[in-house]
Amino acid sequence: MAATTTVDEAARQALASACERVEDATAADEVDGVAPGLVAHPGSTAQVAEVMRAAAGHGLTVVARGRGTKTTWGLPPARADLVVDLSGMDQVLDHAAGDLIVEAQAGTRLSDVQQAVAGARQRLAIDETVSGASVGGTLAAGTSGPGRLATGTMRDLLIGVTVVRADGVVAKAGGRVVKNVAGYDVGKLVHGSFGTLAVVTEALFRLHPLPAARSFVSVPVEDAAHAHRLTQSVVHAQVVPGALEVDIPADGPGTLTVLLEGIVEGVLGRTSSTLDLLGPAAAVSDDAPDGWASYPWPVDAAGDERATALKLTFALSGLADVLEAARDAGTPVHVRGSAGTGVVYGAVPAGTDVAAVSVAVDRLRATCTSHGGSLVVLDAPAAVKQAVDVWGPIPAIDLMRRVKDRFDPDHRLASGRFVGGI
Amino acid sequence: MSGTHGTNRTAGPETGPVPPEATQATGETGDRDRALAAVTQRAREVVPEPGVITDHARLRTYECDGLAHYKVTPGLVVIPETVDQLAAVVRACAEHQLPFVARGAGTGLSGGALPRADGVLVVTSRMRTIREVRREDQRAVVEPGVINLDVTRAAAPHGYYYAPDPSSQQICSIGGNVAENSGGAHCLKYGFTTNHVLGAELVTPDGDVVQLGGAAPDAPGYDLLGAVVGSEGTLGIVTAATVRLVRAPEEVRTILAGFASTDHAGAATSAIIGAGIVPAAIEMMDALAIEAAEEAVHCNYPAGAGAVLVIELDGAAVEVEHEFGEVERLCREHEAFELRVATDPAERALIWKGRKSAFAAVGRISPDYIVQDGVIPRTALPEVLRAIADLSESSGVRVANVFHAGDGNLHPLVLFDESVEGAGEAAEKVSGAILDLCIGHGGSITGEHGVGIDKAAYMPRMFNDEDLDTMQLVRCAFDPNSISNPGKVFPTPRLCGEVPGKRKGVHPLQESGLAEVF
Repeated sequence: MAATTTVDEAARQALASACERVEDATAADEVDGVAPGLVAHPGSTAQVAEVMRAAAGHGLTVVARGRGTKTTWGLPPARADLVVDLSGMDQVLDHAAGDLIVEAQAGTRLSDVQQAVAGARQRLAIDETVSGASVGGTLAAGTSGPGRLATGTMRDLLIGVTVVRADGVVAKAGGRVVKNVAGYDVGKLVHGSFGTLAVVTEALFRLHPLPAARSFVSVPVEDAAHAHRLTQSVVHAQVVPGALEVDIPADGPGTLTVLLEGIVEGVLGRTSSTLDLLGPAAAVSDDAPDGWASYPWPVDAAGDERATALKLTFALSGLADVLEAARDAGTPVHVRGSAGTGVVYGAVPAGTDVAAVSVAVDRLRATCTSHGGSLVVLDAPAAVKQAVDVWGPIPAIDLMRRVKDRFDPDHRLASGRFVGGI
Repeated sequence: MSGTHGTNRTAGPETGPVPPEATQATGETGDRDRALAAVTQRAREVVPEPGVITDHARLRTYECDGLAHYKVTPGLVVIPETVDQLAAVVRACAEHQLPFVARGAGTGLSGGALPRADGVLVVTSRMRTIREVRREDQRAVVEPGVINLDVTRAAAPHGYYYAPDPSSQQICSIGGNVAENSGGAHCLKYGFTTNHVLGAELVTPDGDVVQLGGAAPDAPGYDLLGAVVGSEGTLGIVTAATVRLVRAPEEVRTILAGFASTDHAGAATSAIIGAGIVPAAIEMMDALAIEAAEEAVHCNYPAGAGAVLVIELDGAAVEVEHEFGEVERLCREHEAFELRVATDPAERALIWKGRKSAFAAVGRISPDYIVQDGVIPRTALPEVLRAIADLSESSGVRVANVFHAGDGNLHPLVLFDESVEGAGEAAEKVSGAILDLCIGHGGSITGEHGVGIDKAAYMPRMFNDEDLDTMQLVRCAFDPNSISNPGKVFPTPRLCGEVPGKRKGVHPLQESGLAEVF
């Protein structure tokens, strides 16, 4: 079903003079079933700017790619003449340990950033929910994991950003200091924008000290109401959880796990308090439980082998209802995620009838919405994406379109991939 | 927060009593008067008494915010009680292309709420309902006129509080906090307003009411809320905010440490952060600031100190206990000659009293002063403080330093006496040089006070044309006619219809009298 894209010779030449490595796309470069014509591999922000200018000059549509771990997320783009592959921009540019900041190029793997800062006993406090993900891809997709309960998401960690606009203009926002209110926070706009506003080429983040100790306290949960009760007891207590996760398979009992992090003495005390809160069935481990900081679906599946991957958000008082709705969705849904923040993920297995998926999506979306949240279909087989409303209703969509139209008036950046056809 | 004894002002390259663009208008005088009359009439229809103010003497009471150096009498003041009333007034402004400025409690320190003579000042002080406090969700929904501290007061019975705590928290309101992305002493550990606002009801510059975000995190689509918080009223007016409530900590410990010099205190700060400790706050005051605080509030800080640190730790009791020991040890290791530990809330309040009174206290030792808000990387602290001392010595202008040491947010207080000829200019020069020092060290011109009217002229020193043009794209998406707090934040933004890099001669709209370039 892959559409084929051909790029004319003039455009090829313009790109070749912008960037030394420009290649014909292969099947591996497909963006959710859409076959690009060319792949450019720029090595610097300046080269990305040249590439974007060449693309603009020849009317090429562009999809930016970090490490390609989430290229099927969202809707397929309407067209993808050119993939701008940022994996060659893989350098940690600066680590100022005393200032607790790190600067990295967009294609740098999260794991490489962690390695670079670990020597100073620091970390970029973002979970690597998809193995091998890059800084830029994580930013564009706005992914997060269990740690968001204590340290937020990349939205909260990003302090400065360099982007290349659709017209090839390079712009920076934010800066090198954590506390800074000068000018608009463009970084917040690109976070979670699925590459539809600009191409992020460099980013600066605040870091956190690496905790000296951590422990996991897990307890089986009987049902949705039980998970809800335990969650409430932990968030209102004084145990300062680093994470509060549920993992509830479609069949069989689930688990609730609390992460405690910090200095040894503190973790010991808070672990003991958490055990008291969770009751006699709770147990402590130094190691994360299976599936920790990962999605409840297999991330390496492709095409129709993909599960339908859901992101569900809700106010905390809605946890029981959301878990209940997942159990009663009419089709099996495996739920896992941050019960403590109201962001969980659901997986409907591959091969499930499209109509059944559609019913489950509608039911779960209604429940999330009634609790002030939303449901997004992050990924799914093509037939499911065609049958359901992938992004759901978006209250401020007109304003979002206006932002898109200003940044990318020709709609050349990943057009069609995001909310409301943006 | 402004000094009772001082003209509390900050420096800008233009230092006239009123920046020229603040008095300019978007059309001919006759058109403007007609537009103002039309909006006034509409306001009278929708906003109940006494919410529409046209009397000149009463208009003048709104002529400035906390940055009293700049004054403009607004053309009209409207104080709506509901979002519908407010939206109707903004819609009327949009229809008549009349500029409007939102104002909360008027405590801002960068002139962000400086009115327009040719426009409407929309005051949110009558929208002060705390709509909901939901313990189970750890959220509150509050209107913009709600006082910051009242959110904490409402949450306290549930064991919760609202974390962003600007020094003015007893009088400043949430609407202004959202507009300015306010910080405070404790944002080192807990983050800024932007990290604590999850949703907002926004009246757009068209007068439409839209909901951004909500009680749940990660609303799908662009994070417009992230752009609106901190946009200083240039993207519309927030009429309700859903805020995060934070569990009140089990234990809070505060220590006052006296050092011989700012170098020693700075080294102790670095050592504490380097040890992996994230205190709730680390505040520093130098000798001159201590002297002022002593005169004003008799806080009894260690005698003869060249610098003091106020360090606060909070969290789980066992953690705080242990880390507190570490902090004491590190202070001693860096030659603190006196450590005073608060053992109860009264003692803690006394320690904070000196710090929190510092701005006002400076009025005791100087008739006038300028307060700056620059930020530097924490590790540059000793170097920048020495450079400020050199500047002070070479210019003869005294500078008192009070700042959030933990995150490198300086608040140098540049002292002068306006009655001495040339003193104001000399102080402005030193103040500007301090901002240049911050920019030169990779920092920011403002950490929490905002750009406003005051530092707009410094924006091009921190951002280039492309950066500013890109921010302007956001502005144009929200407010293509530039009627929402125009003239603030950005020095000379181009009109939204213009093609970048192709501006030549007089813009056609300008020529026809329809618009002026701000």
